[in-house]
Amino acid sequence: MAHTYTDANFESDVLKSDVPVVVDFWAEWCPPCKLMGPIVEEVAGEIDEAKMKIGKLDVDANQTTAMKYNVMSIPTMLVFKNGEVADKIVGSMPKEKLMEKLAPHLA
Amino acid sequence: MRSVAIIGSGPAGWTAAIYAARASLNPILFEGSEPGGQLMTTTEVENFPGFIHGIQGPELMQVLREQAKRFGTEIVSAMVESLKQVEGGFELVSNGQTYRAQTVILSTGATAKRLGLESEKRLYGRGVSACATCDGFFFKGKNVIVVGGGDSAMEESSFLTRFAEKVYLVHRRDSFRASKIMQDRVKANPKIEIIWNSEVTDILGEEKVTAAVLKNIVTGETREMPIDGVFAAIGHAPNISLVQGLVDLDEKGYVVTLPGSTRTNVPGLFACGDVQDAKYRQAITAAGTGCMAALDAERFLSGH
Ligand SMILES: Cc1cc2nc3c(=O)[nH]c(=O)nc-3n(C[C@H](O)[C@H](O)[C@H](O)COP(=O)(O)OP(=O)(O)OC[C@H]3O[C@@H](n4cnc5c(N)ncnc54)[C@H](O)[C@@H]3O)c2cc1C
Repeated sequence: MAHTYTDANFESDVLKSDVPVVVDFWAEWCPPCKLMGPIVEEVAGEIDEAKMKIGKLDVDANQTTAMKYNVMSIPTMLVFKNGEVADKIVGSMPKEKLMEKLAPHLA
Repeated sequence: MRSVAIIGSGPAGWTAAIYAARASLNPILFEGSEPGGQLMTTTEVENFPGFIHGIQGPELMQVLREQAKRFGTEIVSAMVESLKQVEGGFELVSNGQTYRAQTVILSTGATAKRLGLESEKRLYGRGVSACATCDGFFFKGKNVIVVGGGDSAMEESSFLTRFAEKVYLVHRRDSFRASKIMQDRVKANPKIEIIWNSEVTDILGEEKVTAAVLKNIVTGETREMPIDGVFAAIGHAPNISLVQGLVDLDEKGYVVTLPGSTRTNVPGLFACGDVQDAKYRQAITAAGTGCMAALDAERFLSGH
């Protein structure tokens, strides 16, 4: 299952994670984000947690983090490795394409 | 060889799939890079018959997909990369795999036009946005540009004033194409400033958008304007890259269909929805022509 990330747990769960973390920035009012929601869930179910963690961050409730990373368009997915942004994936896409984009980042 | 391949998963594609599947033609449908098509980018659809209180665009597309699946449509979640005519039908390549079909229903729809600037691509998601509904939120208290002169430009400008401090509406001409009611709303909004006879020729910024270069078309003068965001609302263009050089297109680039049908000049190739419709461009007309395409394909197959 996809994790839920917030301003409060971002440091401990994302930045300090031992494995790469994918954070899906989304919001209730964004139609393409809602399209990506189930895809992100599915991908999270298929990728081994020991290789990569996947989770969602609601930008409405967690504006500090969204602003800190200059997220200006959603859906945006940021891949974090050792506390740094390793990749930025903007826009919605089919599952295969997302898998393809995440593959090089698997631990 | 399969009997029917459908390219595109908007209202036209799914409706064609529902009809073709119910007619036992075992259709295969390629969803493309925008599963669900244009309606995935909108919220409430209030004019699709059958939903008293309207329905969310993505929800409507989900329902159509389920309905097509229930009758046995085979779904491929990928783009079709090439399409060509072969003996007895067509050959499609998708995700490295080759498919053959006697008939093809083209329902690749339309895509919002971009300004076509290199900087627009580079700064996409960094201040350049294609979806005001999604991204307006990130421009609280900021200044943004909306480019365009039609209804959608008016709508986006008005919507963005909920968040932005100031919206500059940049238009190439000295009058709008939009409906009067929408124009009046924009002109009455103190947060919107209209910049006539101008176009955006460049967008500047390293990590994010910081300025835009505006050119006055009448005087030829250019100036740099500090700005935080750029939204383009300059209309839609049909997605025809697959069939360029294969079928007849009209002067605007839309696929030409025989009046009263979905037949193109290539036997066995049918086109429906926005890719062949510069005029109505509605979900229900896309669905209607999707139905026609499936029936046209069925008739074509029974004649062979
Ligand atoms: C913001 C917005 C709001 C709208 N609101 C309404 C409304 O309220 N009511 C209404 O009736 N209409 C509305 N419309 C218009 C409506 O969305 C379109 O008329 C309709 O979606 C057209 O359907 P279509 O099936 O032709 O194609 P589209 O919906 O454009 O879908 C095209 C499909 O083709 C696929 N595709 C493209 N190229 C390929 C390829 N090479 N291989 C495989 N697949 C491919 C795409 O992935 C996509 O799935 C709105 C449009 C927009 C943008």
